[in-house]
Amino acid sequence: MKYMNKSIEELHELLKEGKVTSQELIEESLKLSHEVQEKCNAFVTILDDAKEVPITDNLLSGIPFGVKDNYSTKGVLSTGSSNTLKDYVPFFDATAYSKLKEAGAVMVNKTVMDEFGMGGTGTTGHTGVVKNPWNTQRMCAGSSAGSAAAVAAGVYPYATGSDTGDSIRKPAAYCGIVGYKPTYGMISRYGLFPFASSLDHLGVLTRNVKDAAIVVDNMKGIDKNDMTSWDSSNIHLADSLNGDVKGKKLCYIKEICDINNYKNPSEELKLHLENFMKTIDKCKELGIEVEEVSVDQTLLNASPAVYVVISCAEATSNMSNLTGIIFGPRADGDNWIDMVKKYRTEGFSPLIKRRFVIGSYVLQSQNQERYFRNAQRVRRLLVDKWKELFKKYDGVILPVGSGPAKHLDNDKNMLSNDTDVLEEHLQIGNYGGFPSITIPNGFIDNLPVGVNITGNCYDDANVLNIAYALESAMPYKNQIAGGEKDE
Amino acid sequence: MSKYLAKIGLEMHCEISETNTKVFSSARNDYSSTPNCNIRAIDMAFPGILPVVNKEAVKMALKTSMVLNCSQPEFMYFERKNYYYPDLPKGYQLTQETKPIPVGIYGEVKYECNGEEKTLRVNNLHLEEDAASSNHLYDTTSIDYNRAGVPLLELVTEPDLHSADEAVAFLEHMRMIYQYLDISEADTKKGQVRCDVNVSIMDPELDENDPNNWGTKVEIKNVNSFGGVRDAINFEIKRQTKAKENGTYDTDVIQETRRWDEETMSTIHMRSKVDAVDYKYFVEPNIPKYKISKEWIEEIRKEIPMLAYDRKKKYMNEYGLSEYDSDILVKEKANSDYFEKVVALGTDPKSAANWVNGMILSYLNYNEISIKDFYMSPEMLKELIDLIDSKTISSKQGKDVFYKVIEDKKTPKKVVEDEGMMQITDENAIMNIIDEVIEENPKQVDQYDPQNPKLLDYFVGQIMKKTKGKANPSSARSMMKEKLDSLK
Repeated sequence: MKYMNKSIEELHELLKEGKVTSQELIEESLKLSHEVQEKCNAFVTILDDAKEVPITDNLLSGIPFGVKDNYSTKGVLSTGSSNTLKDYVPFFDATAYSKLKEAGAVMVNKTVMDEFGMGGTGTTGHTGVVKNPWNTQRMCAGSSAGSAAAVAAGVYPYATGSDTGDSIRKPAAYCGIVGYKPTYGMISRYGLFPFASSLDHLGVLTRNVKDAAIVVDNMKGIDKNDMTSWDSSNIHLADSLNGDVKGKKLCYIKEICDINNYKNPSEELKLHLENFMKTIDKCKELGIEVEEVSVDQTLLNASPAVYVVISCAEATSNMSNLTGIIFGPRADGDNWIDMVKKYRTEGFSPLIKRRFVIGSYVLQSQNQERYFRNAQRVRRLLVDKWKELFKKYDGVILPVGSGPAKHLDNDKNMLSNDTDVLEEHLQIGNYGGFPSITIPNGFIDNLPVGVNITGNCYDDANVLNIAYALESAMPYKNQIAGGEKDE
Repeated sequence: MSKYLAKIGLEMHCEISETNTKVFSSARNDYSSTPNCNIRAIDMAFPGILPVVNKEAVKMALKTSMVLNCSQPEFMYFERKNYYYPDLPKGYQLTQETKPIPVGIYGEVKYECNGEEKTLRVNNLHLEEDAASSNHLYDTTSIDYNRAGVPLLELVTEPDLHSADEAVAFLEHMRMIYQYLDISEADTKKGQVRCDVNVSIMDPELDENDPNNWGTKVEIKNVNSFGGVRDAINFEIKRQTKAKENGTYDTDVIQETRRWDEETMSTIHMRSKVDAVDYKYFVEPNIPKYKISKEWIEEIRKEIPMLAYDRKKKYMNEYGLSEYDSDILVKEKANSDYFEKVVALGTDPKSAANWVNGMILSYLNYNEISIKDFYMSPEMLKELIDLIDSKTISSKQGKDVFYKVIEDKKTPKKVVEDEGMMQITDENAIMNIIDEVIEENPKQVDQYDPQNPKLLDYFVGQIMKKTKGKANPSSARSMMKEKLDSLK
């Protein structure tokens, strides 16, 4: 590996100075793609015919990157990691991807995900399980599993992701990299295969905060094709990173971070929370004020159920277009009902079908009030609570998950229930559409763990700047799986 | 007819045909006979598509809501109605239910049926997207996605109608409103208007305002012509009445959905209430709730023109036109607009109405064109009428000028000049010609009898012949008579 372990700015400089060509970068990235495919099974498609582009003043020009397979890419297979779209080649680009293309970025592969983003393990894609490059016995988490694995393994400096519950920010933690989803609507969702429209965000996985800022600067912008997108032309994320965080205020939530709140905590959990408190100390050393706050445990406990209800309800409707009639592998049948039934029965994994059943159930007129509408109400309560915190604090800082990446062979349900909130609190960032970033903050059992900072809507620059300062105070910036660790 | 009181409610779906693009899609909203030519990715629900609301369609919907005297919502929402059908590629239709409030709610409309003014309450009006159209062939069905996403207004009435006549009169009234507002051609032949009808019957002695007294409501879906609406209602009233009389009402008339079958001219069972589809409505998350400002509402209200119903009243009361003429004039807004322009230029309304309803309409019908494509402007018509009124040309010549204007694309004055059609109104000139005629026809002069002036026609004919029709006929006649009488 000569170049692909470098940051975007370093690569841009090398390209500008003519010390390396875009073609050389692409070739290296493709070679690494094949190696990582062998090791981690991270890609649905590797674009061996990727072509170099002229180098411009845009930092992304000529640099290879990866695209999650739920981004619609014109002329390039886009499966959403589902058998239902295993041969689907779109005829239009997702807005975010076309913006990167315009910036001169070169897509070299499409990354594996949990089927349509509906999973948090990276094990449910139609091309098989994605393995963690730090330890192939472990999962990457999901759904942006392939993107996280590839960036962590140093295939390129960044890959795009999408995040409905924590699908960028959790795999980032498990893979020891940065995962950032900006405020809802900052990046157009046009051309992203929808999972749950009110929760879906696009974002990016990188190895440092500045790269994340640079990439999102290029992906964002109001889009006439997405009514929920907004004009962010006055926001310049990369330019606003100055590392000056003195006097900034963060809070963490006692009910989530206090080890005494967990019955029979595992050793990993203890280490994880201890490590988190060390990160809090680092924040304080940087001049950030950090306070512990308390949030009603009942409200926090309701969050995972709220997520299931709302995301399944929207998903079941969003994916009703998958009938195999207009696109997708059309199934045989005597009539259209049989054709659609067969296509969906054979095409979707059992996990997804379960979610569709839940989604239909909670939307039925006799259940809707009790489940769907109540879930929306609790969503509102959680968002209001977080907004209240944002009046006083620049962000909420919390540990990601209950420890490092889980073993692949027992991903089913080894979690004790009382860590549910710890595992699932990142969803609140989706409920409110808040900007939210995960950065690596240490190792447990030689596996990376992460910390997350979430701030108020439209306050992306501030959130990124805090993460930028904190990242610089820790030795995990730009780390590569299998590379040398600087601990 | 029936000794029972029928209660009829309508759901009238009318496509908005006058927007440039579809309601949530940037594809053209254009009725086309070539299938599948007005399509964007969203119309076939390719993965990753998002709806974008057409503001013009919302504006038209709000305008209709105002005309129906409905309340308009503070915020605009859309909801998903979820169901699978091949003509609905997304698997859900974007529409508006009554919660949150649709584009219009609780209104009232006055319309006329057989010369009587009636009032109908509107439950709600909502804006939605149309499905694709399916064409069922012998062993296969073809789908045309041109229609997928076309804006559709659904008007839901209270069951305030009592007969098929009233239902059809109301539909005609609404059709005129849509045309007058420039929202839709509302052409049933193009499938732009489709109705669901619900019918129940009750004892006329009981209070019809108490829903407890109403009979069992039967819904008839997809009636696609006004004639069909009339036939379906009459059939259903007869069917339900017969069931009452036979004592089989409770078993034969159940809460169900039926369909109108054109071939057998009858309604046929589709599904009963227990089989009703649960559409799992929920608010479309991809369309942020949109605030409808008071300023916008007022701006839209100002654009509402005087509608047919009020124009007709004006023509009868202010212009003294007959009901017959007024009805013909308001039938098409463009014709009525034309007529009003001619009147506004200072023409007598009766002459203007005679020309529009007579020569002009028959010309338009014969040539199958619209008044918008008609060469003769209101200004030219006024000029033509003035030429006749001032006796510069005779009314018979007026008709020739009318055709010449269209044919030669000239103004009436120019035609009259170029064709030398100015009438001879100079009495000396006419007198000279009279002298000539008398000179040349001594025999007829002898035979002329003032007590029985049958021969006068002959003399006038001679004058006309000599002047090539340019002599003013009535002056020529009276002068000729005077001359002949003086010779006897």
